Amino acid sequence: MRKIKSEIIIDAVADVCSKANFELPEDILRCLGQRCAALETGIAKDILREIIENADIAKKEQIPLCQDTGTANFFIKLGKDIIIEDGNIYDAINKGVSSSYVGNYLRKSIVSDPLERKNTQDNTPANVYVDIVSGNEIEIIFLPKGGGSENASALKMLIPSAGWNGIKEFVLNTVNDKGRSACPPLVVGVGIGGDFSSVGLLAKKALLRKVGSNNQSIFYDNKEQELLDDINKLNIGPMGLGGKITALAVFIETKSVHIASLPVAVSIQCHSCRRKTVVI
Amino acid sequence: MKINLQDLVLNTETLKAGQKILLSGVIYTARDAAHKRMITMLDSEEKTPIDLINAAIYYCGPTPAKPGAVIGSCGPTTSSRMDAFTPRILKEGVKILVGKGARSNDVVNSIKKNSALYFVATGGVAALISKTVKRADLIAFEDLGPEAIYRLEVKDMPLIVAIDSFGNNVFARG
Repeated sequence: MRKIKSEIIIDAVADVCSKANFELPEDILRCLGQRCAALETGIAKDILREIIENADIAKKEQIPLCQDTGTANFFIKLGKDIIIEDGNIYDAINKGVSSSYVGNYLRKSIVSDPLERKNTQDNTPANVYVDIVSGNEIEIIFLPKGGGSENASALKMLIPSAGWNGIKEFVLNTVNDKGRSACPPLVVGVGIGGDFSSVGLLAKKALLRKVGSNNQSIFYDNKEQELLDDINKLNIGPMGLGGKITALAVFIETKSVHIASLPVAVSIQCHSCRRKTVVI
Repeated sequence: MKINLQDLVLNTETLKAGQKILLSGVIYTARDAAHKRMITMLDSEEKTPIDLINAAIYYCGPTPAKPGAVIGSCGPTTSSRMDAFTPRILKEGVKILVGKGARSNDVVNSIKKNSALYFVATGGVAALISKTVKRADLIAFEDLGPEAIYRLEVKDMPLIVAIDSFGNNVFARG
């Protein structure tokens, strides 16, 4: 059994909160650069250039890429052979979020009650999803998610006869209806299967994959490419102003499902696809 | 094309949907909660914290400024969330709206009726846009945190005309 103090987790969480908000991941930057280079002159190219220049300024000056520094989402793999001596994982994460959002001048975007809407002043509580795994390490993946793109996400309980065509239609309609105001080029996470409560999480977890990576299933890898091609034919383009670059990637995650059901969820991520991993 | 805001509010018909401009002048931040409060004030015939006649509104909730900085990162937020409030705001005299994304038909018609303009800034390039803000002053609703109203002096803020004063709309699907 490995014993650790919660301070180690708090510090690591505070560090990923600021780094993720100041530095765009390499895979996203590379993909944006490739797409930008392939374009002729025009508004779409100008926008991609702005996004790349913005990433450069944010990293150099250690300031947020986007003013919406997001809901703090954490995906945790907690080794079963580790003990947090003086606390628990949830408290440690919230303390790290609070310290980083206040100390690093990140925006506090969380209100305590959905209708009363009073700001909690430190961006807590975080959304913390914990999987217990073997081993004595803790893997922490931070995904700050902006409200504009989150609002463009959608979930539908399809029935099995709808099949792939039904899924595809729902994904394309979701992107076409709401994608313009979600800061495209997008990364689109698709969850298929599970149930009402788990399919949304599947779609969000899909966003953790690196752009340029392949789905482990050849079948779903082909489906991802098919969806990406069709999304890019919608002529939404960067910031919804037209063009072929509406999405950088589509990622699919699946799960076993009831014989009567075919749940599908679409998690829309803006181009500021911020994520950061730390292992303790 | 460089545009001075003071001149523009008197001649909104000079710009056409799709044009790229660099805007200089005074704009006020206001997003969801600030809109709701201002509409409540207007309904109860109270004075709003900013003079809405010929004003420019920027849908933005910045990050806090680091010590020594004018402002934090300050890109546009999704405009359509303000659609329910916008016809009233335009009726009260606001001429310029700045945000991101498409607007409702009601808003397009209201922009046309009031000879106003809707600009879009690139979303998610908030560090870049912060460099165009030369001064920022808190005006009202401090308790709303990032949703407070700030008076911003901007210089050469890069924008695209999304809906012009004739109702031409770059987001119209055709």
